[in-house]
Amino acid sequence: MKIITGSDLRTGDVIWWTGEGWSRHVNDAVEAGEHAEAIIARENAKQIVTDTQVIEATVTDEGVRPAHIKDRIRALGPTVRLDLSLKPADPAAGNWVI
Amino acid sequence: MYQYDSYDQSMVDARVAEFRDQVERRLAGDITEDQFKPLRLKNGLYLQLHAYMLRVAVPYGTLNSRQMRMLGDIADKYDRGYGHFTTRQNIQYNWIKLQDAPDILADLASVEMHAIQTSGNCIRNTTSDQFAGAAADELVDPRPYAELLRQWSTFHPEFDYLPRKFKIAIIGSETDRAAMKLHDIGIQLVKNDAGEIGCKFYVGGGMGRTPMIAPVIGDFVPPLQMISYLEACLRVYNRYGRRDNKYKARIKILVHEIGADEYRRQVEEEFAHILTLGLEPPAEELERIKGFFEQPGFEAGASDDLDLSDPDFALWVDQNVHAHKQPGYAIVNISLKPVGGIPGDATADQIRLMADLALEYSFDELRVTHAQNIVLPHVRKADLYTIWQKLDAADLSAANLDLIGDIIACPGLDYCSLANARSIPVAQKISERFADLGRQRELGELKLKISGCINACGHHHAGHIGILGVDRKGVENYQLLLGGCEGADTSLGTITGPGFNEDGIVDAVEKATNVYLAQRDEGERFVDTYRRIGMAPFKEAIYAKETANG
Repeated sequence: MKIITGSDLRTGDVIWWTGEGWSRHVNDAVEAGEHAEAIIARENAKQIVTDTQVIEATVTDEGVRPAHIKDRIRALGPTVRLDLSLKPADPAAGNWVI
Repeated sequence: MYQYDSYDQSMVDARVAEFRDQVERRLAGDITEDQFKPLRLKNGLYLQLHAYMLRVAVPYGTLNSRQMRMLGDIADKYDRGYGHFTTRQNIQYNWIKLQDAPDILADLASVEMHAIQTSGNCIRNTTSDQFAGAAADELVDPRPYAELLRQWSTFHPEFDYLPRKFKIAIIGSETDRAAMKLHDIGIQLVKNDAGEIGCKFYVGGGMGRTPMIAPVIGDFVPPLQMISYLEACLRVYNRYGRRDNKYKARIKILVHEIGADEYRRQVEEEFAHILTLGLEPPAEELERIKGFFEQPGFEAGASDDLDLSDPDFALWVDQNVHAHKQPGYAIVNISLKPVGGIPGDATADQIRLMADLALEYSFDELRVTHAQNIVLPHVRKADLYTIWQKLDAADLSAANLDLIGDIIACPGLDYCSLANARSIPVAQKISERFADLGRQRELGELKLKISGCINACGHHHAGHIGILGVDRKGVENYQLLLGGCEGADTSLGTITGPGFNEDGIVDAVEKATNVYLAQRDEGERFVDTYRRIGMAPFKEAIYAKETANG
């Protein structure tokens, strides 16, 4: 599947297109479909998101997983500071990145 | 230390106000990202994997306690409680919000700091010897010259849009502690037989995807003509450096392609022209600057005696304390490389503690090193034990300077949008594999440097053992290099062969060290043994298992 990601202009946070808006949780990402470029153009024009791009991902039992390691690290946070990641309570959180 | 005059301060304050306006317009949607990006980069604000990253300049790596404390406070107030000291003697914050950036810059300006020219194709923060003004082997204190460079290069209109970024290092000792020959320009302050000071110019070095060692271009430039000679070097580069291909745009490519002799001829021609214009800074200005770098008020007759009865303290002194030019004093190296830690990271509390120690015990001075450590340059030997105890209580007493545990590592794919592979986990695993300090000391000086991509921020080309992370079809892979070195005997590492996964590279490093231990001659460092016996024995050991398994 193809999903859309970007960064929150104000905070720099990694965000994912949910079909209705933006979420900080990759599991909320939805298939962008054939309108991805149009969505990006529309959202960029709102000046609330930056560095938008379409990336490859798959849906697993655990949720949406970006295809490339760089995007998986974006989704989780730094693997060396899991306390600062989206799953700070899970000591094995880094496993799904690698 | 240098102190801003009203001109310096007003310039930095004006820049903060300008950037505040730019951020407000961006947040209001009045300017686009394409318009805004070059403006934020001019102020050191990048957009990285997880957030904005702010790179703060530490001019020639020198700080006072007030500045250091502010760096700690910024980490707490605007970031997530820590900062990352870099291989260019700067500090980076990884979790900055755009809306906070102007306030951070204002806080920095209040202690005479900024993030100007820490990005972009301009002259970056000049780096220098972290032992400047303190080292026993120093010929000339490079800091006044570095400050002159700072003033000359800041907002220099002619060199604000160079073909590519430009990095200068300056040293004043025989020992090169700043990797000078691996910079776009390295300047070594030297003395001739008559005792006169001169500048030896090395031009066209660098790491990145095309590593090169800088050749000597100017043998002995009078110090008051240093700026004019730099102007000439930059002007020739600005005129002929390639702007059509960013991978061939650094000055090293120009010097290499036209040859050092032709580049020197053009520089000399330009230099002769510039000298006719009378553009050199007046001698009085250099003297004024030198006044800020007078020797601190050392205590006469301070004792050289040390009580080394505490074995852990004795180890730390032996490894991390360096000779000072002043009897009774020493240079303290604070390693930011605890076992299994993240190289270069320090918490806000640790940063503030180091500031306090500098204020109380080191004439209010600290240095950031290109090896991602911190230095207290002027410490009474009588205070060493107290300092060590305070460092030890804050997990800052790793006694591993220049050992295999003192790893340089870039942020890598955990933070950096340019990276292809993670650097930090590899550094942590190697650090843990060699956690035993006795084992580290048995290996002796061994500089291990890791980069997460070809841009080489982790200086892997210059590591006795270097590691380069690459992306192999979406999977992290690590190449091993041997034989790199910085300093007087600068050399570039050679790739051993096929790469490894994360665990494999740790094993490969260990095998390389085993070869060294088995083959070294008396007094040889790892890199010396490598140079004597060559790659073959290392390669044989590193790939032996793979070969046997066919």
